[in-house]
Amino acid sequence: MRIVVLVRHVPCATGGLFFNPDNTLRRGGVRSQLNEADAGAVEHAWRIAVRRTGSQVTAVTMGPAEAAAAVRRSLVLGADEGVHIQDDALAGCDALGTARVLAAAARQLGFDLVLCGVAATGSATALVPAMVAEILGVPVLCSADSLTLDHGTAVIRRVDRTRVETLSATLPAVVSVTPRCGVGRYPRFAAVTQARHKLVRTWPLSRLDVPRHEVAPATLVRAVRPVSDRGRVVVDCDPPAAAARLADFLARRELL
Amino acid sequence: MDTVLVLAERHGTACALLTLARRIGIPVAVTFGAVNVDLYAVDPVHAAEVAEVNAVNVDTEHAVHAVDTAHAVGTAHAVGTVHAVDAATLARYGAQAIWTVESSELADHPATVKVEALADLAARTRPCCILVAEGHDGPEIAGRVAVRLGSGVLTGAVDAWMGPNGPVVTQRVLDGSYLVESEVIRGVTVCAVRTCEIEPTPAPPTAGSLKVGSLKLALPQGLRSARLVSREPHRHDLTTAAIVVAGGHGLGSREGFTLAERVARALGGATCCSHTAAELGWCRPEQKVDQIGTTIHPQLYLALGVSGSIRHRAGMQTAQTIVAVDRDPEAPIFGVADLAVVGDARDMARELLIEIERRK
Repeated sequence: MRIVVLVRHVPCATGGLFFNPDNTLRRGGVRSQLNEADAGAVEHAWRIAVRRTGSQVTAVTMGPAEAAAAVRRSLVLGADEGVHIQDDALAGCDALGTARVLAAAARQLGFDLVLCGVAATGSATALVPAMVAEILGVPVLCSADSLTLDHGTAVIRRVDRTRVETLSATLPAVVSVTPRCGVGRYPRFAAVTQARHKLVRTWPLSRLDVPRHEVAPATLVRAVRPVSDRGRVVVDCDPPAAAARLADFLARRELL
Repeated sequence: MDTVLVLAERHGTACALLTLARRIGIPVAVTFGAVNVDLYAVDPVHAAEVAEVNAVNVDTEHAVHAVDTAHAVGTAHAVGTVHAVDAATLARYGAQAIWTVESSELADHPATVKVEALADLAARTRPCCILVAEGHDGPEIAGRVAVRLGSGVLTGAVDAWMGPNGPVVTQRVLDGSYLVESEVIRGVTVCAVRTCEIEPTPAPPTAGSLKVGSLKLALPQGLRSARLVSREPHRHDLTTAAIVVAGGHGLGSREGFTLAERVARALGGATCCSHTAAELGWCRPEQKVDQIGTTIHPQLYLALGVSGSIRHRAGMQTAQTIVAVDRDPEAPIFGVADLAVVGDARDMARELLIEIERRK
């Protein structure tokens, strides 16, 4: 079983985010880490691989030099080898370009299963798993709350609003997993030291079969602005009076 | 004016999508199912259009012709299955044409059929924009359609207008903390839309007639696609509740948490909890609201003793009205609250129960 895990190196947003004049996210001076949902995907890949002989888990990321840290962390969490796609032509790449590059990498590595963590909706990367699958021409199972593999078939369960859906697809397939599927373990010290001996390959764009014009952005950001606070009312008085004001507030909005 | 293809799957989201589509061009709805003409006649505003609908020929070529005509007069189109009621609603919210897609594979391969339908209709009608609601499979559909068309794709859209070079879309990104104005510079603008942030408003009545086209779709042989095995009702209805009361660490104990449940019952809503309350076992884990757990968009979100960590806020901050009660005046939840009440959550919950009872 060859498993390719797509991982992202994301800024820790605790101190707020900053943008460059060209509206790209400023990554310098901000601590970044392996995306938590992707750590869960690496963990899940490891759990699948450890029960099968001849399995190989490859963590793949695309990004600037610092993004190699995400691959290294994936190796600590259970991946066998890593690929870091790094090329200046990929700066400012959008969802379509990213999907094309990652799909080319997966195709080149060979895969039975492509795993990745879900992204919060509203971030462009939420689209990437489905786009990678569409480019590769394989089925996609998005937002898996549980994933089981059985005789070359992947079966997932997911909660869609008020319903629980079960979906299946024959391998090879792309699956995105939620943290409900499992989160990364805290690694043993031995795993940390062993990871140093694992191979990380750095591939330029020319190593993949993707022409440069295919990764040119198809979207353009014109402006970025932080959302200002909503106008709010603060109530700080004794509970009965506060409760009355709260009830008034709800009644005014026809919620009571 | 160019047409905007709208994937009209559910009533609520379709109305919001059509409202947004009207700001860009001529809305065309895409639905899955058959159009019921009788119910359509009930709507007096659009009664004149009934004759038009009756004349619909299910033959695809005719349908294409109908939509071409719609183009010429400057209308919008929707794609999907239209039930009778839906047709009237879609028209009321501005759909100038409706494509109904019939496919025997819809039940087994819902996402793939929708992708095929949108890609097919995009090739036929050459819209300037395709709008999909950001539900569970919205991003999947938008992403796959964008790959098919080789187009740029935008997520989290909350507003849009027609700029000089095509649609300009406002996106809400990074847990809603930033608004971004974007344009697609290659291909059709494919958008996954946050329908909960768009107020659906009916379109002003127009003289133009509604065109209905029909598309019979068969998936290509050998196409590899995920299959929907089963779909069962989920016990909890948190995601769709209009009123949600959240309990957190500030309620102090499992007994304290029952206060949140009682307030929810009094208001006729559902109960959810913060990460901490779930960890402490005060409520079921599936009631936990956060960024990647349950995300809720209720009309009212009332937090009792929830400090509002960034992950919790990401799961609830799109609520229409946010009311928060917490001891700590510096609690981050107050940053997103419309009404912030500083005080003990238990006392407030008890007083609020009395107040609600009194007003009933």
